[in-house]
Amino acid sequence: MPASSTARFSTALPRSAPTQQVEQAPGETAETESPWQTIVWNDPVNLMSYVTYVFQKLFGYSPQKATKLMLDVHHKGRATVSSGSREKVEGDVAKLHAAGLWATMQKA
Amino acid sequence: MVATLDHREAGLLRALVTQVLDMLSERGKAAPQDALAELTGIHTGPSQPPEDEVLARLLPDFHREDAELSGALRSLREPELIEAKSHAAGVLLATCPEDGGRIELDVDQADLWLSALNDVRLALGTTIGVTEDMPDNPPEDEALAAHLGVYQWLTFVQDALVQARVTAL
Repeated sequence: MPASSTARFSTALPRSAPTQQVEQAPGETAETESPWQTIVWNDPVNLMSYVTYVFQKLFGYSPQKATKLMLDVHHKGRATVSSGSREKVEGDVAKLHAAGLWATMQKA
Repeated sequence: MVATLDHREAGLLRALVTQVLDMLSERGKAAPQDALAELTGIHTGPSQPPEDEVLARLLPDFHREDAELSGALRSLREPELIEAKSHAAGVLLATCPEDGGRIELDVDQADLWLSALNDVRLALGTTIGVTEDMPDNPPEDEALAAHLGVYQWLTFVQDALVQARVTAL
C-alpha cells in the first residue's frame, strides 16, 4: 500500500491516544475456541495510515499494535488481525469489507 | 474536522462518488428476490462475485478457496455491504456542496467520508491498474497520466482526513 504522499503531513503517531488499550491476543484461547482467523491482504490502493486507523477503530487495538499489523500486511502481503469462532470472524471480515479493506476468513 | 475544496475539486469528487453509487445501485438491483424475501423483509444478494473488476474489489469474497462458503456468505452479507457503502456515498454527497468551500465534519461524518473516499480510490485505482510503485514511474500515456493525477489528489485528501481523524480518536 502507498505511504503518505506529501511531506507536509507527519505519519508520526499521536502522542496521546485516548482509545482503549485492549490488546487482543489470538493465541490466548485454546485452539478449539479460536478455530477461525481473519486475514487482511495487501493491496496497492489502501493507505498505510488508513489501514492502521481501521485496525484501531474496529478492534480497539493500540496504535502500536495496529501499526505492527499494518506493516505485516504491507511487507509480508497478509496478516491475521483477529481470530475466534466462525461467527465472530465472519463479522470481522464484514466490518473490514465495509471499511474497504481486502479481508477473508480461514480455518486456523 | 474541516475540509476545504474548491469548485472544481468538489465537482470532481461528487461526480466520482456518484459513479460509485450508481454502480452499487445496479448491483443491488441484480439481487434475486422471492416471495419469502418479500414476507420476511430479509433480502439476500447474489452468490456469484461481480464480473466487473471494480465491483469485485468493492464487494470482495469472504473466503479465498471455498467458493461455496464464499457464495453463501456473499448472498447473506452483500446487501448490507452495498447499503453501508451507499450510505457513506450519500452522506458525502449531502455534505459536500456543489461549489465546494469550507466543509465541517463531525467524527461520524469523517468516518463516512473516509469510507466513500476509499471506495472511489479503489474504483479509480482498479480501473487504471494502479500499482505500488506507480507514483514513482508515471505512465507515458497522457489520458492515463491525467487519471493518475486525479487518483493522487484523492490519495492526498484521504490521507489528510485520516491524519485529522486519528487525532480525534
